[in-house]
Amino acid sequence: MAIDKHEIDKLSRLARLSVSEEDSADVADRITRILDLVDQLQAVDTTGVAPMSHPLDAVQRLRADEVTELNQREAFQAVAPNAEQGLYLVPKVIE
Amino acid sequence: MHQLTVAQIAQGLREKHFSSVEITQHYLDRIAAKDDSIRAYITVCPERALAQAAAADARLAAGNAGALTGVPIAHKDIFCTKGVKTTCASKMLDNFIAPYDATVVENLDRAGTVMLGKTNMDEFAMGSSNETSFYGTPRNPWDQERVAGGSSGGSAAAVAAQLAPIASGTDTGGSIRQPASLCGLSGIKPTYGRVSRWGMIAFASSLDQGGVIARNAEDAALMLQDMASHDAKDSTNSGQPIDDFGATLNDSLQGKRIGIPKQYFGAGLDTETGNAVQAALEQYRAMGAELIEIDLPHTELAVPAYYVIAPAEASANLSRFDGVRYGHRCDNPTDLMDLYMRSRAEGFGDEVKRRIMVGAYALSAGYYDAYFRKAQQVRRLISQDFQQAFADVDFIAGPTCPQPAFKLGEKTSDPVAMYLEDIYTIPVSLAGLPAMSIPCGTSHGLPVGLQLIGRHFDETGVLQLAHQYQRATDWHTRTPAGLE
Repeated sequence: MAIDKHEIDKLSRLARLSVSEEDSADVADRITRILDLVDQLQAVDTTGVAPMSHPLDAVQRLRADEVTELNQREAFQAVAPNAEQGLYLVPKVIE
Repeated sequence: MHQLTVAQIAQGLREKHFSSVEITQHYLDRIAAKDDSIRAYITVCPERALAQAAAADARLAAGNAGALTGVPIAHKDIFCTKGVKTTCASKMLDNFIAPYDATVVENLDRAGTVMLGKTNMDEFAMGSSNETSFYGTPRNPWDQERVAGGSSGGSAAAVAAQLAPIASGTDTGGSIRQPASLCGLSGIKPTYGRVSRWGMIAFASSLDQGGVIARNAEDAALMLQDMASHDAKDSTNSGQPIDDFGATLNDSLQGKRIGIPKQYFGAGLDTETGNAVQAALEQYRAMGAELIEIDLPHTELAVPAYYVIAPAEASANLSRFDGVRYGHRCDNPTDLMDLYMRSRAEGFGDEVKRRIMVGAYALSAGYYDAYFRKAQQVRRLISQDFQQAFADVDFIAGPTCPQPAFKLGEKTSDPVAMYLEDIYTIPVSLAGLPAMSIPCGTSHGLPVGLQLIGRHFDETGVLQLAHQYQRATDWHTRTPAGLE
């Protein structure tokens, strides 16, 4: 299935990835090639086949609802691009 | 000293032929002399390594050393290391220092191994040639015009160039087995869930699995033993007992049944590669194994299914790189959306961006059933092929890759050509099976890998199959010229 520039715009917002005007056609072309490859799946009859999300069909192991983590805010914020007084700084969201 | 296997290093340390500090320094010197051209490492950590080596020597002297205490190793730069940069070969994480250790790193530190450094890889493990790395492409030590494979290309290049005796890797669709094959090494991808994924930066969570790239099966068994563990911090980590992986290395293969999938020898397989693999299979027959042709009818659907599932999972996993909590952040964002979109566009390379967008497409409203759900259904068909085959055979064997190492740049212009490199490894990943690549000959003078696949959790059997072949042949002892 061919992807056009309009769809690249939409995908770029969904994926939170800006795509420049000049790259747009090339990105569309390469993604189209990948989708052509995966389109082979459409010819397969999968009626009644249960989707497989885990290769051993296992389910997530659950743990007791207990506090096991210590607060490591300082260690985690030490690697933040912009943090101050325990807060992550971002552009103004609310006017 | 760098020609010794891990088993020999461990013995040499116990018998005091050399100290851990001495062998560590020897490897650090080799890295300093040779890695400018090989580019196997992103980060080398001499001070940390020598401190670990000194501590290992103390343990060896005190008599409380483990099997691998004092042995130098390298870690793929996808495993988080406290205090040492973890980049995943991405500009996004160029200056990232993880606040904690991956369980794999913790386990191997506890075992007393010495970390020489962090190895190069494809960005976020997405690639089959290591050409998507932000830090340059490692060269194949057998021919430096060629790729070392990927995504664990740096680990393979390091071990093949004898810049580390052994290294960790990760495998999502072939990322341990393919570089091991291209570099003439023995690489094992364990069963999904065998090795903890805690602190291993996620690409596709239902496929990612840590493992080992070594010179031979015996060494791989030794390192896997200290790497595998039960880990409450990884909810997909298996509770299966941790076997003694080397327990049956020396047992005969008499009567073992090896399935040969006819789909693995079709069009697209390089002739000399096919011949080398056939010769290896004959060797197994000579050792008492029975070869049985099997049918894995959905093989050719594996690559298409994988390129829906893996990008879909990647698009979810990589949403954590938002330019806020850690990683690259763009300059002067105008609003939050601009911050996200530009930070990610600047921080990620082209292949990573493509996969995120393909994943977002496959998961988006209106396409979910046609792509993601369909691919998951096909995944079950592929998995069932293997289950049916394993009702009749103990192992499955065939080529690891359709061809030997290709030239740098040869496949970068067409993503799909690169994806087909993993045609024999991806089905195994989708089924979560343990598999290994071992060297079994050459094609055009370059190493060829034989892929050995086992039942779920039968790493022990796969390693036995590999070791028995290596007792009878010497492909695994060959090393590239010019790097002595």
